[in-house]
Amino acid sequence: MSESPGIAVSSGSAPPAEAIPRPVVPAEPKPLAAQRVLPLRRPGRWITTAVVLVVVAQITHGLVTNPFYQWDRFRYWFLRPTILDGLAITLEVTAFSAVLGLLGGILIALGRLSANPVLRAVTWFYTWLFRSVPLVVLLVFLYNFSALYKTLSLGVPFGPAFFTFDESKLATDMAVAVVGLSLNEAAYASEVVRGGILSVDQGQHEAAAALGLPKGYQFTRIVFPQALRSITPNYVNQLIGLIKATSLVFYVSLLDVFGTVQMMGSTYPGDIVPLLLVATVWYLILTSAVSVVQFYVERYFARGATRTLPPTPLQKLRAGLGELRARARREAVV
Amino acid sequence: MSTRTAEIPTAAAPAAVEVHDVHKWYGAHRVLDGIDLTVRPGEVTVVLGPSGSGKSTLLRVINHLEKPEVGYVSVNGELIGVKRQGERLKELSERAILAQRSRIGFVFQNFNLFPHLTVLDNVAAAPVATGKLTKPEAQELARELLGRVGLADRTGAYPRQLSGGQQQRVAIARALALRPGVILFDEPTSALDPELVGEVLAVIKDLATSGTTLVIVTHEIGFAREVADRVVFIDGGRIVEQGPPSEVLDHPKHERTRDFLSRVL
Repeated sequence: MSESPGIAVSSGSAPPAEAIPRPVVPAEPKPLAAQRVLPLRRPGRWITTAVVLVVVAQITHGLVTNPFYQWDRFRYWFLRPTILDGLAITLEVTAFSAVLGLLGGILIALGRLSANPVLRAVTWFYTWLFRSVPLVVLLVFLYNFSALYKTLSLGVPFGPAFFTFDESKLATDMAVAVVGLSLNEAAYASEVVRGGILSVDQGQHEAAAALGLPKGYQFTRIVFPQALRSITPNYVNQLIGLIKATSLVFYVSLLDVFGTVQMMGSTYPGDIVPLLLVATVWYLILTSAVSVVQFYVERYFARGATRTLPPTPLQKLRAGLGELRARARREAVV
Repeated sequence: MSTRTAEIPTAAAPAAVEVHDVHKWYGAHRVLDGIDLTVRPGEVTVVLGPSGSGKSTLLRVINHLEKPEVGYVSVNGELIGVKRQGERLKELSERAILAQRSRIGFVFQNFNLFPHLTVLDNVAAAPVATGKLTKPEAQELARELLGRVGLADRTGAYPRQLSGGQQQRVAIARALALRPGVILFDEPTSALDPELVGEVLAVIKDLATSGTTLVIVTHEIGFAREVADRVVFIDGGRIVEQGPPSEVLDHPKHERTRDFLSRVL
């Protein structure tokens, strides 16, 4: 900035300054420190934005106007009672399997981290087995289970039985679906939980032990709440996988939202595309709801881990509006 | 300091801490090589030594965070981590060891406060969890102790919102909440910025003059000279020499002690 301040100096191939109409240069420019730094121009960013917007617009246009999607049929099916019944089944299977899967996962994770080598081996084997067997295979296998074992009894092996269940009565389609998904979910959830527990600083275990806190208290009040911070995002990932995996319960003749769509599609072959869209949109809604819950759960567990909590969308909106207003005021002053 | 120790009837009362011929290995590495140490009730013992000399391990053996391979420790006449069965020592149950630990305070180098609990809950948690106090009683005690360490106005804060010195003072209040007979300090000021060391040492000094039995591992020689009734110098897992600070710090008998002091002073 050795040139005289306030005068536009053109250089190289740039057009001469006189060619562009410019505001009148103030006679006495402000000192450098009092001026706002001019933001860097980013032409590349504008070009990328334009390209992406065109592509998005094209896809949206196609989605809306292509008769192939039959949006009127979509509207017809979207809230049909038969679809909503299927949705209820999807939600029910998801809820039961998510809770049972997480509880099972916590127990298996504790087994994996136990000092008892037998417990460690058995829980490792469980995880290995149920992560290896494809979910469809597991479900169909369980579906045929009642044919293999007529009764299920709880008791001493080769000895007397304490309880005996007639399996054909016990194994409803819902039970088979929930058991299958829970067994699978527990195997994955156990790794998520184990990772979370291992992520807690060793010093926390030591401090809890040094204070003489009872073992159960150490886990439930000190270690696990801290582990939940890293468990939450991974488990939600798992949960979203589970929501979609419920579409497999069709194989155990349970009519979830996808099963209903399949059935309706074979009855009304012309509506198969809008029906699939109905299922897709419902899955989108479910995973979105889970993501919203995730944000607030993560925010809750961030207490103490960060100095200030991340803002909620509402707070962000307010802050953004405030920033815009402030900028407008600054601009007005300048 | 000598006036205070003179008041204590040493003959009848059991030692506050007694370490008897303790050996400890990590794999092939010998960390403690036959430590014998007696701390009288109300006495302030400062343990000095080069890094890797076994100071911290000794402290962790006293509250059984580490199991000694050979030898035993007793606190206020009670064997720690083991019980006597005829002529043998038998391992105690985990529950019994936890109960013993709740009678021994421990302050860590890295504070190890519970980050998800408020300052008040950090201090009040242990007396409630161990069934010593009800929740309102524990919270009242916690407020009183936090006032004593100069943090009465930070009860609602989370540990990460505090400075290192403040966190360590909370950790000391947390240890005090169990009303321990002995408090062990493992390099309480080593993780602190120099200007924050003084506030923590002031709290420890306050404890020292109130007659609490303290065992302090530290590198603060000046502090040792000021508060210690006895200085213990450890090197290579053995006690090289021990005695009042005027002897060990000012007129060390051993070459290794002199060498160490010349490097840290």
